[in-house]
Amino acid sequence: MSRRPYVREMSKTTWYMRNGRYRVYVLRELSSFLVAFYTFLVIYALSVLAAGSAVQWNSFLASQQGVGMIIFHGLALLYFLFYQTFPWFKLAPKAMPIQVGENKVADSKIIGAHYVAWIVVTAFIFWLAGVI
Amino acid sequence: MGTRQLELEVMRYDPEKDEAPHFQTYSVPCNEDWVILDAINYVKDNIDTTLAYRWSCHMMVCGSCGMMVNGEPVLTCKTFVRDLPDKVRIEPLENFPIERDLVVVLDDVMQKLHQVQPYIVRKDDPPEDAEYKQTRGQLMKFKQLTMCINCMCCYAACPQYGLNKDFIGPAALALAHRYNLDNRDQGKSDRLDILADHNGVWECSFVGACSEVCPKHVDPAAAIQQMKVDGAVEFWKQRLGIPGDKS
Repeated sequence: MSRRPYVREMSKTTWYMRNGRYRVYVLRELSSFLVAFYTFLVIYALSVLAAGSAVQWNSFLASQQGVGMIIFHGLALLYFLFYQTFPWFKLAPKAMPIQVGENKVADSKIIGAHYVAWIVVTAFIFWLAGVI
Repeated sequence: MGTRQLELEVMRYDPEKDEAPHFQTYSVPCNEDWVILDAINYVKDNIDTTLAYRWSCHMMVCGSCGMMVNGEPVLTCKTFVRDLPDKVRIEPLENFPIERDLVVVLDDVMQKLHQVQPYIVRKDDPPEDAEYKQTRGQLMKFKQLTMCINCMCCYAACPQYGLNKDFIGPAALALAHRYNLDNRDQGKSDRLDILADHNGVWECSFVGACSEVCPKHVDPAAAIQQMKVDGAVEFWKQRLGIPGDKS
């Protein structure tokens, strides 16, 4: 009897449709497009600022304050929160487990510390920007 | 004890006759306390003796009976009939070549497990007339990772392994981490070339499916992320001339 193993190839283009777990992962990874968008936005803003023209700068600010852009920023924020911030904080104890003596520090404490740090950093940035 | 009629759609493949796998349906009267492995054993004993599959212990120890049940990689000895619908699709583990029916070819992962040197490596002579000592705290650092039974459900769940068969994969990487964390081991630097290779830990993009399906809660995804952090720290230590970790 000869062996003739049958190989099932995973589709390189549609593999992520196989189950919900893969789809959530791909949605998480797709947020990288938003990261790219905001990177270019900051670079553009800096270049406008560096050009030193108040007219151009004010027109850039106005372009970001239109209803369409505010809705876009709001949706982007929600997307980041649900597909980046919350999942990554939840996974933090896996990547960075802390053991004190014989016992592991509870996951909830590591996750909680991340939320506290997040709130402190956000508050600092708001303070720096003069929002609070 | 009530019985329930279950429709088992089982993937069949006979390398001597079939060009490709196909499904065969069996109607099985199951007790409510049965696991899927019991239903498959019923088919083998009472309906179709030609069905090929692996199993041994029936108690989540041997790791032989891993299969896809309704698309999920599971140990069939741990998957209860009462938790499933009336129609159940049973396939061999994904991402592995099919040898016959529900039996897959495991040669690739066996070679990968061997590759990471899953044993204690010592550079010095063993202590005379004494054991290597280990405190409970030192054991707790890696105990969870010793629970792996090599059922390979994690490989069946991993899309990275599905797309790139050169990826070392979850179980082998978790096993490497288990020995790297063991205070008695001095082989960390020997394993580094394999783990830091682009088919090592960095090929993992943290889908996390391996940990979700692991029937023994080993959490290979966590082990791999810890190795990434560890690898990055070691890289900078070397660059900055700070003495490295053990061995």
